[in-house]
Amino acid sequence: MATTNETTTINARIPEGPLAEKWSNYKAHQKLVNPANKRRLDIIVVGTGLAGASAAASLGELGFNVLNFCIQDSPRRAHSIAAQGGINAAKNYQNDGDSVYRLFYDTIKGGDYRAREANVYRLAEVSNNIIDQCVAQGVPFAREYGGLLDNRSFGGAQVSRTFYAKGQTGQQLLLGAYSALSRQVHKGSVKLYTRHEMLDLVIIDGKARGIIARNLVTGKIERFSAHAVVIGTGGYGNTFFLSTNAMASNGSAAIQAYKKGAYFANPAYAQIHPTCIPVHGENQSKLTLMSESLRNDGRIWTPKKKEDAEAIRTGKLKPTQIAEEDRDYYLERRYPAFGNLVPRDVASRAAKERCDAGYGVGATGLAVYLDFSDAINRLGRNTVEARYGNLFQMYEKIVDENPYETPMMIYPAIHYTMGGIWVDYELQTSIPGLFCIGEANFSDHGANRLGASALMQGLADGYFVLPYTIQNYLADEIRTPRFSTDLPEFIEAEKAVVNRINRLMKIQGKRTVDSLHKELGLIMWDFVGMGRTKEKLEKALAEIRRVKKEFWTDVFIPGAGNDLNSELEKALRVADFLEIGELMARDALLREESCGGHFREEHQTEEGEALRHDDTFSYVSCWKYHGEDQEPELLKENLNYEFIKVQQRNYK
Amino acid sequence: MEKTINIQLRVWRQRGPKYKGLFETYKLEGVSTDSSFLEMLDMLNEKLVKSGKEPVVFDHDCREGICGMCSLYINGHPHGPDEDVTTCQLHMRKFNDGETITIEPWRSHGFPIIRDLMVDRTAFDKIIQAGGYVSVNTGGVPDANAIPISKVIADEAMDSASCIGCGACVAACKNGSAMLFVSAKVSQLAMLPQGKAEAARRAKAMVAKMDELGFGNCTNTGACEAECPKNISITNIARLNREFLSAKFKD
Repeated sequence: MATTNETTTINARIPEGPLAEKWSNYKAHQKLVNPANKRRLDIIVVGTGLAGASAAASLGELGFNVLNFCIQDSPRRAHSIAAQGGINAAKNYQNDGDSVYRLFYDTIKGGDYRAREANVYRLAEVSNNIIDQCVAQGVPFAREYGGLLDNRSFGGAQVSRTFYAKGQTGQQLLLGAYSALSRQVHKGSVKLYTRHEMLDLVIIDGKARGIIARNLVTGKIERFSAHAVVIGTGGYGNTFFLSTNAMASNGSAAIQAYKKGAYFANPAYAQIHPTCIPVHGENQSKLTLMSESLRNDGRIWTPKKKEDAEAIRTGKLKPTQIAEEDRDYYLERRYPAFGNLVPRDVASRAAKERCDAGYGVGATGLAVYLDFSDAINRLGRNTVEARYGNLFQMYEKIVDENPYETPMMIYPAIHYTMGGIWVDYELQTSIPGLFCIGEANFSDHGANRLGASALMQGLADGYFVLPYTIQNYLADEIRTPRFSTDLPEFIEAEKAVVNRINRLMKIQGKRTVDSLHKELGLIMWDFVGMGRTKEKLEKALAEIRRVKKEFWTDVFIPGAGNDLNSELEKALRVADFLEIGELMARDALLREESCGGHFREEHQTEEGEALRHDDTFSYVSCWKYHGEDQEPELLKENLNYEFIKVQQRNYK
Repeated sequence: MEKTINIQLRVWRQRGPKYKGLFETYKLEGVSTDSSFLEMLDMLNEKLVKSGKEPVVFDHDCREGICGMCSLYINGHPHGPDEDVTTCQLHMRKFNDGETITIEPWRSHGFPIIRDLMVDRTAFDKIIQAGGYVSVNTGGVPDANAIPISKVIADEAMDSASCIGCGACVAACKNGSAMLFVSAKVSQLAMLPQGKAEAARRAKAMVAKMDELGFGNCTNTGACEAECPKNISITNIARLNREFLSAKFKD
């Protein structure tokens, strides 16, 4: 069992002073690097999503020498591009009572009081700058007829603070960051390394000084040195195999950092998104999200009578034949104040509850309806089409049903991971010189992220936080000359990577990488999914270890290690997903309470809501690696709420 | 209710840019019509790997039609026979039982083959780097509502901005022209007040880079628009030509 060292609580280095002044005070007193010195300092940024691209561009503009890596053929393809619904900001353009404080408060409450106050306040504070920045870049946000910006509502909020560009907000924001990045590439301040995958972190005298990467086209292992390393590689949702993440999204950079001493924080906090297209069959490779924005106008229901649900499942009844009084709009029934716009964790659990109770629809019974007939009657088909046209088209292409005529079928799926590499207020990990931004870090969303807040956090970190805080570190590095990649630390790190690849290539077993990954995914979904229990989690730990053993003794990878090899790429990632799966189960087992996306069935209120135990679990669990066959150590960062009153979340 | 079909695949296999390529034929049975095209290729690769062979290499990532990573020339069409979708959103219900499906990479001078169905599209990044942006630094920008932009213009700019940079337009074009891609970005930024200040410079720089990288000229065949998975209109090309000419006249 993991040992807890009660005396070591981790210090997040939060600045003193009133909440609203912390960030201003920090910036006023932090160390900066002068322009001449910036040119002499190298920064590696891994990842080109919203966080990575915005950070690389902003650091390049400041004059640092930036090396930016991505695994795709172009930085524009990072998975931030797939975000649909929108980005939050506290502009209060709608005059509906929004403010920095309210965005902060909603985010803390949405995260079920498991996020750090100071970080979340800063996030809300810089949210407005993000919208200004994106508009200046030419991001074509939706506008009203008067020419001003339009907003919509998202879950967990009673104001309209979400800015959007059709159902392609992530795409437009990423292309904005990509354009800023491209400008710096043109100027020579950023050098791009596409189709390169980070495989290890290099540490010299306790500080992060470089990475080992694999050129995915040639298979060659390459070394890169820098004064600081920034990881912005996204989340680890693909541990579940089926998720809304892109096929290549992975948690490997996080695991590499973890194995080199960075704490892995709150691995159990994973978000299951309520509105995804249900699974169709065993050859399914990924799940497609239907944006949360649809819950602005769509109403979620299942049949009131079990016999109707049964008839629908066997194809004897159509949803449109179910009379209004025989429909159970269960979110509106259970949560009248927020209705269909309750936060994601609440909506997902409610869908699971209905399906488990026998009211699910679709051939598998694992689906509920998202119905637009009311909205179409009220607003007309054209308005609905203008708002959600591309999402409806996407649905029809995948499911082969017209959502204007028959309700959409949806079911929850893994979407986002709130846990990640632990960072302090400066976004620095427990390894000096290693920073972590965006979904890859753990910092702002607590146990549940609100819709339209991922884009906000990624861009906040990259444009407005890291470019400041990293200077506080680099100011002490101005006398450090550039590093040679021939130093023994680099040679050793490269050797370890090559050995790992050789070990994998030599197994020559009988199982394909995908078959093992699918096996892991099913274990995660069944035992570490929406409803967790002690028994399930213990079972998961045993099962994951079994698959891990099977992977390392029976996986088969064709081709060569030093060549383009897509199976080897997948195998390296799956090896790390196995580690993450174990960490997630371990963390979920330890946290004997329910909060946000982490639902332990033993800990719920009489009404089936998540029941926290603040007296024992008001902390960030930080896992410290101690070697291959050792149990990781649990360290705690205590969450002290100084400015808000912690209470039971209530969306009724 | 699941329906399955049996198909035959003719797949282009090519070790590398300097190797000679050839079509290999594979049989695949029991493919669910609810599967996506790439899930069908996953099935093929799983089968190949199980028999100890190297899988077919192809680019793909988000599998929801937005990242632009997937490509493939399927039965003579970029992104296959369905309308308005990328290959990853093409579903097997669009094919018949017993059908032979021919799969090739993008074939264009601007996109050299890396292996099998994977091509090098970094030329698109280079074109954007030449000027596909508004030159603003982080911070110090005006309030987002400081400049009202008519909804009509904003929507039109959004339509141009929907380009996913997949390269289907180049692959479809008999001249291997990148005009649809370039014009979509030039149009988006030229329409918006934020992008107007450097519209002329942008058009010239991007067109010059496109020419330098060996993309062909536009002869208005409209194949690009017909095959674009995101419905980018060739009116963008007309706008690019106007922007480019007026920029040249000013010189």
